[in-house]
Amino acid sequence: MMPLLAAAEPTHLEMFLQHCLIGLTNGSLFALIAIGYTMVYGIIGLINFAHGDLFMLGSCLALSMLKFVAPSESTLATASPLVIGLGVLGMLIICSVFCGALNVAVDQVVYRPLRNAPKLAPLVSAIGVSFVFMNIGLFWLGPADINFPNLVSDHNLLGEDAAIRVTLKDVLVIVVTVPLMIALTFFVKFTRLGTAMRATEQSQTAAQLMGIHVDRVIAVTFAIGGALGGSASVIYCLYINTVSFQMGFQNGLYAFTAAVLGGIGNIPGAVLGGLMIGLARSLGSAYIGEKWTSVLIFGILIVILVFRPAGLLGSHAKEKV
Amino acid sequence: MNARPRYTVPTEYLLLACLVLFPLGAYANQLGSQMTNLLIFAILALGLNVVVGYTGLLHLGIAAFFGIGAYITGILTIQGYPFQTGFVIAAAMSTLLAGLAGILLGAPTMRLRGDYLALVTLGFGEVVRFSLRNLEEITGGVRGLNPVPPPSIPGLDDATWINDYRAFFYLTLALLTLVVIVLRNLEHSRLGRAWVAIREDELAASCMGINVNRAKLAAFAVGSALAGLAGCLYATKLSTTADPNTYDFNRSIMMLCCVILGGLGSIRGTLVGVLLLMGFDTILAPALDQWIQASNINPQGYAVLTFSNWRLLIFGLALIIMMRVKPEGLLPSERVKLEFQHP
Repeated sequence: MMPLLAAAEPTHLEMFLQHCLIGLTNGSLFALIAIGYTMVYGIIGLINFAHGDLFMLGSCLALSMLKFVAPSESTLATASPLVIGLGVLGMLIICSVFCGALNVAVDQVVYRPLRNAPKLAPLVSAIGVSFVFMNIGLFWLGPADINFPNLVSDHNLLGEDAAIRVTLKDVLVIVVTVPLMIALTFFVKFTRLGTAMRATEQSQTAAQLMGIHVDRVIAVTFAIGGALGGSASVIYCLYINTVSFQMGFQNGLYAFTAAVLGGIGNIPGAVLGGLMIGLARSLGSAYIGEKWTSVLIFGILIVILVFRPAGLLGSHAKEKV
Repeated sequence: MNARPRYTVPTEYLLLACLVLFPLGAYANQLGSQMTNLLIFAILALGLNVVVGYTGLLHLGIAAFFGIGAYITGILTIQGYPFQTGFVIAAAMSTLLAGLAGILLGAPTMRLRGDYLALVTLGFGEVVRFSLRNLEEITGGVRGLNPVPPPSIPGLDDATWINDYRAFFYLTLALLTLVVIVLRNLEHSRLGRAWVAIREDELAASCMGINVNRAKLAAFAVGSALAGLAGCLYATKLSTTADPNTYDFNRSIMMLCCVILGGLGSIRGTLVGVLLLMGFDTILAPALDQWIQASNINPQGYAVLTFSNWRLLIFGLALIIMMRVKPEGLLPSERVKLEFQHP
């Protein structure tokens, strides 16, 4: 979380706005991860427990790339903004491709043979994959938290004396996440492949009978979900500046909560859920206390599931007998 | 199917009988304390098996009830609280109150379908863990509640409980045996058959006149109560409730893996699953670590050459391969086997 270093004593309203801003930027990160959960759940009904750890591996790759390009911090300090911008763009692309490809590979190797198995089998396999990823992350990063070099400046864009801090990091998060989400919504709504995706979601058999290559559609879903997770991981690294092999679990759980909150299987719902979880987290830690935020978020999860299991935007599908 | 021979001793009793002889075996003194932990985890896993195995409700927060049991024991026995009851009352209260907590969690979640129920239990588990950590005035925060005194049983003084692992070992084994006997009887009772019916087809079960909600609640209550009992034993054995992180999601998942790997809905499967998985985790992996260190293979201290650094990978691969090759588990109950063959 960002330190609040405003020079003048901020008013209540300003504090509130500040926390909202932090919440919204955090929330759009959660939303990006949540989309990966929600798409996979929508299409094959699997809670992909490994998604959070996929996100973690994306951050590992981002860190390694940075270390490879710029072994010492001084190289970074002298680099021009243009170089850094291009570097960030490159990281975004490579990590997205990596996570997307990895997600597809896992689907093909692990989940695909279990398509017709009882539901517990792929779920347990996903837990297994999550363990494997976590172990890879452990070897990649080591057991401790690792500092991710600060590439994006912390300067307040509103001037150093302004009561509300808006930094380039916040802008970066919004500039990357929002277009991705809009593009995805359009993709799912208006392209042929997106239509095929929605059809597969409704009924695999019917989709297959209409000539849709269901396995390919599922692979594309995993690819998109993974890629969004990958770009979220880069943004996370730039924004939070810490990487650890355990970060996948907590962030994954929050993101999953976001997906459920918005209505699982529903992409705008995941975005809405992500933003709400982000807000709940930052406002909760500001006004209730940092240590109770997790309780607050999981409490929200329980209440939503018990009273409105379809989520905020999900339509409740009656179970057919 | 062939008729089974009429007088066979159930495998689970044979297993327990082998365990009685454990202290006579080699390495018993080094492994005794760990072995007691395994037996405690076996009770916990059997509790989970009631919910996941018999009734088919995916439960991802069993560790919360384990923790509740441990903390109730802590509150009832340590100095600083006015109760200071003996072990027997603490154990009974832990079991009862954890069972009650199970009903409290279960009641509002009855109408939820599989995955959603799993998430509610997961969320509940995390809420309990964070609450245990944050309510420092009651739970002592990360320090936990201690010292939890050992049970007072005539003929055994406190020093024996601390110095001789066999005291706890046999106490736990006795309680485990009791649990196994109760569960075996429950399996064939009206309630046990109702659980299996719900697992196989909830709608059909309710059409046959089974009160689905009540049976599910009962499953939650029994499972949570057993977890509470395990928690009580754990706290008493460690003589502290330990850090709340002992009761985290990982613990729940580990237990779930034990049940699934051993065989859903099967007591012997669950026991074998715990012995294999937790045995690997708490006995074999550290032993191999020590061996690697002692034999000087790894003088530079590479992380890759430390065996326990691989344990998550091994667990993960074991789960993945198991789901592919034998998703019903190593020693499944006959019915579960059939269900997996004809989903």
